[in-house]
Amino acid sequence: MGEPTLNHYLALSAVLFAIGTAGVFLRRNLITILLSIEVMLNAVNLTFVAAGKYWQTVDGQIIVFFVMTVAAAEAAVGLAIVIALFRHKETLSPDAFTTLKW
Amino acid sequence: METFAFWILAAITVMASVLVVGQRNPMHSVILLIVSFGALSGLYMLLDAPFVAAIQIIIYAGAIMVLFLFVVMLLNAPTEDAPTGYHAKMLGGAGPRRFGVVLSFVLVLQLAWILRDLSQTPLTPPGETEKAMTVYDIGVKLFREYAFAFEATSVLILVAMVGAIILARKETR
Repeated sequence: MGEPTLNHYLALSAVLFAIGTAGVFLRRNLITILLSIEVMLNAVNLTFVAAGKYWQTVDGQIIVFFVMTVAAAEAAVGLAIVIALFRHKETLSPDAFTTLKW
Repeated sequence: METFAFWILAAITVMASVLVVGQRNPMHSVILLIVSFGALSGLYMLLDAPFVAAIQIIIYAGAIMVLFLFVVMLLNAPTEDAPTGYHAKMLGGAGPRRFGVVLSFVLVLQLAWILRDLSQTPLTPPGETEKAMTVYDIGVKLFREYAFAFEATSVLILVAMVGAIILARKETR
C-alpha cells in the first residue's frame, strides 16, 4: 500500500462523487436527493484540498471555503422549496412534482 | 501511521456515504452524513489543512446538517413513498433506476480511466520542500486576492436568506 499519494485522494473523491450521483438517480425522496448533492460537493472539496496540497498553495482551501458558502445557500433555498412543495402535495416524492403550476 | 489513518478514514467516509444513499429514512441519512463529514475532516487534517477541517465540522456538520435535521423533523415524513400509478411505470420504475445505476457506473469507469495515468504521483512534488500552509496565509490571500469574491459571497448569502424566507413562508391572502 505505501504512503497515500495524490492519486489515492483523487480516487477516493471520484468514488464519493459517484456515490452522490447514484443517490440522485436512485432515491425517491427530495431530502435524500439534496443530501446526495452534499456528498458530491464534499467529493469536489476533497479534490480541491488534495490539489492545493500538491501545488503547495492555499488557493485550494480558499475555494473550499467558497464552495461551502454556496452549499449553505443552496441548502437553505433548496430546503425552503422542499417545504413549500410539501405544503402543496403532502409528499416528498419527486415524481409528484411534474407540473410547474397547479 | 499516516497510511493507516488514510485507509481507515477513507473506509469510514465511503461506507457512511453509501449508507446515506442506501437509507430509506432521511433522519438516519442525515446522521450518517455527519459521520462521513467527520471522517472527511480527518482526511483534511492529513492533507495539512486544519482550517478546512475545522470549518468542515463547524459549518457543514454544525450548521448545514442541523438545517437539514430541522426540515426532516418539521416535515415528519420518515419513509419514502413507493412510486404509484403512471409514475411507477414511467419515472420510478425499475428501468430508469437501472439506467441510473449504469450511468453512475460509467462515471466511475471514466474517472478511473482519467486517474490511471496519475498513479504514483507523490503528494508533495519531488524537489519541492513542504511549505507550511497556515491559517495566516489563508487569511492574507482571502482578503487580498480573493477580496471581491469574499464580498460577493456576502451578497449571495443575503439573497439566499431572503429567498428562503419568501419561499417557505405561509401564503396569507
